[in-house]
Amino acid sequence: MGYAIEVRDLTKLYGNFTAVNRISFEVKEGEIFGFLGPNGAGKTTTIRILTTLIKPDGGKAFVAGYDVLKNPIEVKKRIGVVPEVSNAYVDLTVWENLMLIGKLYGLPVKKIKENATELLKEFGLYDVRDKLVKFLSKGMKQRLLLCMALVNDPEVLFLDEPTSGLDVESARLLREKIVQYNGEGKTVFLSTHNMEEANQLCHRIAIINHGKIAAIDTPENLRAQSMDLQYIEVAFNKTVEAGIFSENPNVVKAVPAGNKVRIYTPDPSAVICFLVEYAKKNDLRIISLNTMMPSLEDVFLKLTKRKEVVL
Amino acid sequence: MSNFVEQFRCSLVVSRKNIKIYYLKGPVVTFGLIFPLFLALAYLIGRNVPLEDVLPGLIGMTAFFTATAVGPSIVPWETRSKTLERLLCCPVAMWTIVVGDMLSSFIFGFAISVIPLVLTLFFGIQLLNFIILLLALIIANLCFAALSVLLSAYPPTDVPATTMMLSSLVKFPLVFISGVFIPIEELPPWGRIIASFSPLTYFTDIVRLLFINRGFYGLALDFLALLAFLITFTIAAIKIHERTLTKRL
Repeated sequence: MGYAIEVRDLTKLYGNFTAVNRISFEVKEGEIFGFLGPNGAGKTTTIRILTTLIKPDGGKAFVAGYDVLKNPIEVKKRIGVVPEVSNAYVDLTVWENLMLIGKLYGLPVKKIKENATELLKEFGLYDVRDKLVKFLSKGMKQRLLLCMALVNDPEVLFLDEPTSGLDVESARLLREKIVQYNGEGKTVFLSTHNMEEANQLCHRIAIINHGKIAAIDTPENLRAQSMDLQYIEVAFNKTVEAGIFSENPNVVKAVPAGNKVRIYTPDPSAVICFLVEYAKKNDLRIISLNTMMPSLEDVFLKLTKRKEVVL
Repeated sequence: MSNFVEQFRCSLVVSRKNIKIYYLKGPVVTFGLIFPLFLALAYLIGRNVPLEDVLPGLIGMTAFFTATAVGPSIVPWETRSKTLERLLCCPVAMWTIVVGDMLSSFIFGFAISVIPLVLTLFFGIQLLNFIILLLALIIANLCFAALSVLLSAYPPTDVPATTMMLSSLVKFPLVFISGVFIPIEELPPWGRIIASFSPLTYFTDIVRLLFINRGFYGLALDFLALLAFLITFTIAAIKIHERTLTKRL
């Protein structure tokens, strides 16, 4: 299996500010690749370079086998883009928007009509096809953007925050469609702030921070790399000071969490034994005891805000 | 070559989209229809001058104001609504969009500036050669349309009113120095030098020659100058839009 996207030492400068700093990664064909990072980390700049909207100051990028600098038109023929901000023409109807995009891709009118009809039916927009976009709800506009990105049957889909601000139903529909189109062979490059979404959808995730790639791996491996973030939540029948547990050598940190104590540890088994012993010695009863694995959000915060998350 | 044809076809698609969306926008109607209409009326009414003497100026003004009405506002509007990014995500080059914007501006200008021409025929006013006038009208409208798209290139703003105001700042002085109100031969030498920097000068000169047989530069030079302005404005518009694109996204 080849690569749908290849990025080598990609760099973008805005004056003295380095928005993207020599990043390198590959996205395999047929993969859903998550691109995570805090605001201003370089996500949108990277997407804009890969979609040929802006030129990099250094490095190379290939999309669908074509160099984004040397063959931008060939790249654009093979991609579909759903940007962060809704950008359909609000003074045109749903149908006119799809026809416009189809024509700009050079598709025959008959083929555009077929694709548009199929997509609008699939995304529940067929009944509003003659409505001006300005009268659509946000969810409908976002679905239309996905239809516009798919009208040319692209090999690679770039989705920049596609479910941001959507109601639960629309967001779920879009996620289902992303999985469906990926199942049909499309590569998806997904930028999102939604950790749960990235966890559910992505085969691999890259975390970008300050213009540099902080980590790339599967969601499971990313979590596994951050086992120091796993913790035990314990509740006794009496209030217990969290500080008592900090003295244990297996405990990294212990903090109160409501009526419970949250104990961060790389060795949950040893700490559980210690807690049971402690309860016996002090005539306490354990009301609840849970071992919590680090969430993708924990990993993300660890990688992007190292200074803030001191364990 | 096939790539060029493909891109030019996309320019026509962009142009058709512009016609649908922007022709009836307030600033376009104001600057492209209402304003030239009242300027023409002010120019015509109360002047004891034969119609054929007034027509060259009238046709020149109409073509200039209408062909430059649409162009300045499209890119700022598209920047604001983020649709410029949408267009550029499609397999089109920046020059394709610039040419599309030029064509929509040209069609608006040409369609309206034909009206005084029809009136000419209606009133039975004689002119030397109708085909040459039509050709001049096409090249001049293209040239003015290119100027209007160039005027929207800098500053890279997303406020259409800003480019409309700035373009008015350029357009009005050009009208006054272009022989619309005072024939070029009646201008002082320094006035003639200034007039030679305006594309409208050469169009007005062609129209004057064809209507009242009083041209200053001659047809060949007039056409060459218009073509030179057209090429310069088009290349400048494409290059500046390409350079300022990052600031618009």
